[in-house]
Amino acid sequence: MARNVKWPIGLSCLQDPGWITWTPAEISAISDGMGKPPRSPRKIAGVASSARALSLYQGVLLIRRVEESLKTLFAEGLVPGFIHLSIGQEAVAAGVMSVLGPDDTVASTHRGHGHAVARGMALPQFFAELMARSGGVCAGRGGSMHVADLAKGFLGANGIVAAGLPLALGSALAHRTLGRSAIAVPFFGDGALAEGLVHESLNLAALWKLPVLFVCENNGWGEFLPTSHQIAFTLADLAKAYGIAYRQVDGNDVAAVASVAREAARHARDGHGPIVLECLTERFGGHYEGDPQRGRDRDELAALAGRDPVAIARRQAIATGADEAACAAIESEIDSQIAEAIAWAKASPPPSWDDAASAVYTPTGPA
Amino acid sequence: MTEELRYNHAVNRALTDAMAADPTVILFGEDVADAGGVYGATRGLRDRFGPARVLDTPISEAAIVGMAVGAAISGLRPIVEISFIDFMTFAMDAVVNQAAKMRTMFGGQCSIPMVLRTQHGGGAGSGPQHSQCLEAWFAHVPGLKVVCPADPASAYGLLRAAIDDPDPVIVVEHKALYATRVPMPDALPVLPLGRAAVLRPGRDLTIVAYGAALRAVSEAAGILAAEGVEAEILDLRSLQPWDEAAVLASLARTHRLLIVHEAVEAFGIGAEIAARMADIGFDELDAPILRVGAPFMPSPVAKALEQRYMPNATSIIAAARRLVA
Repeated sequence: MARNVKWPIGLSCLQDPGWITWTPAEISAISDGMGKPPRSPRKIAGVASSARALSLYQGVLLIRRVEESLKTLFAEGLVPGFIHLSIGQEAVAAGVMSVLGPDDTVASTHRGHGHAVARGMALPQFFAELMARSGGVCAGRGGSMHVADLAKGFLGANGIVAAGLPLALGSALAHRTLGRSAIAVPFFGDGALAEGLVHESLNLAALWKLPVLFVCENNGWGEFLPTSHQIAFTLADLAKAYGIAYRQVDGNDVAAVASVAREAARHARDGHGPIVLECLTERFGGHYEGDPQRGRDRDELAALAGRDPVAIARRQAIATGADEAACAAIESEIDSQIAEAIAWAKASPPPSWDDAASAVYTPTGPA
Repeated sequence: MTEELRYNHAVNRALTDAMAADPTVILFGEDVADAGGVYGATRGLRDRFGPARVLDTPISEAAIVGMAVGAAISGLRPIVEISFIDFMTFAMDAVVNQAAKMRTMFGGQCSIPMVLRTQHGGGAGSGPQHSQCLEAWFAHVPGLKVVCPADPASAYGLLRAAIDDPDPVIVVEHKALYATRVPMPDALPVLPLGRAAVLRPGRDLTIVAYGAALRAVSEAAGILAAEGVEAEILDLRSLQPWDEAAVLASLARTHRLLIVHEAVEAFGIGAEIAARMADIGFDELDAPILRVGAPFMPSPVAKALEQRYMPNATSIIAAARRLVA
């Protein structure tokens, strides 16, 4: 079904790219599935492909620039609490969100800025929320780990590991009960795999054949400990044990993510029950902003440069025929949109005590 | 034969009426569909409303309640059942970190119109993991509402109000009450949350209680009356929010306050009521505020020990006599 991809920032060259379906030939032309440049960078015919690749590049870059801005704001003391950045993982959020429809619902994680922005949350309200200002999407009461936009089907980042999975199941149950063709998409990290809720949720989703696309962002780390020290199984085996379809993709290759996610979303939407999509990705930074990463090998960190999802997405855009000027236009447009958004957020006053204290329960009419 | 209303039938009727009135109300939990509920409260609902709205779940308390939250922010009004309040330990994240916090965290973007039915209490020798009264845990969490119906009419009226309410409500029934019956009331009104009821007027002391403890309180009041001590009994009905005004008004009439609950006395609902009344009702008090609750130990299994463990007419009368002495 054709749907327009709506991005939070408008570039004339990307307006209404339509619903462009990647063909296997297109995918293999621009991606070898491992994020390296295509072996034979054939130009793929058609403006559509290049518009689509540019759109994905825009999505990946937007998250990167947003989070780099957050690093600065955090260092300036303008972002309260602690924040978990997804730098290195942007292609998962950008790729998966690019194939979702407006009625689909997304449950995110503590590392959820990318999901929020990719889902189309307005940047000024996003930044204001991260800075706990009254103009924030949650009126400044949620912050980094609870940023949510229900009007966009974004059921929130979540400070509790694995808590988003049953939320998504409930949302999927609502979709089905109310006759919506929508799917629910919980994101979770490999660090969540040892949580009991993951197992309860996989079982229930399979048992009830719920329209759920489980997206695991496997960055190899659960907080400060490598996943290999935490998990005794593979997600592929786990999905199989629950009788759930499973796909794996290079999570740093946005074109590959989008392609596989589209098929996976269709599987869930068409009534075939849940599906697990494992995206192998990299966490470039620490668990939280400011984490000295004492446990990480310096050589490993250095080697990540070749896995940069932004560089990969840009190469893919160029490979499909987009020119440097189009990429540059995207880059400068994103930067100016972010600058505008941050200026707006900074001007927004902090939330008032009375507003916060009166919002715990739903206001009732006069007794 | 006079028609009667049984507690578990009142629950069933509230669920039936709510589901008939609103197609977005759905029900799921362990054994609620096929078996009709551990205490028969959901019997017949799947046949009437169909398998899409009445669903048996696996034994997965954390996911059950988490799903209810997700469903509640996606257009449904879910009712879930956790068959023993003791099992809420597994569901605490969904209740405490998700349901209770979302309205605040999301800046009022949504309400979470969900109801969690569960039951508490001893008397059956069920032991430490099936007899607890943990309602104070939930009353302590901003964002939640908690009710505790003590009789069939309240079971109906409070559950209907809970389902109508836009916020998450925990309805705590009592396993010893399901079989209790009263003559069928002329009407079964929806009872507003946060309002207590005076069950028995009296001039000498106020006894505030809720749930099954009211049975022992009523028995004690009868014996006290024979001694010339008239106790006013307040059924709190709703624990969060609780009816501070009604308790204060009664205290202003009697000037003595006793709070009774089956839950462990320490750090409980009674402690909160006592502290508030010691503050806003200080000028009314002619005696210290007393509490009767369970001692600070897990529920015994042996019948004789459990009888001693739970508040009973003897322990309530002893406290009342201290107050009026």
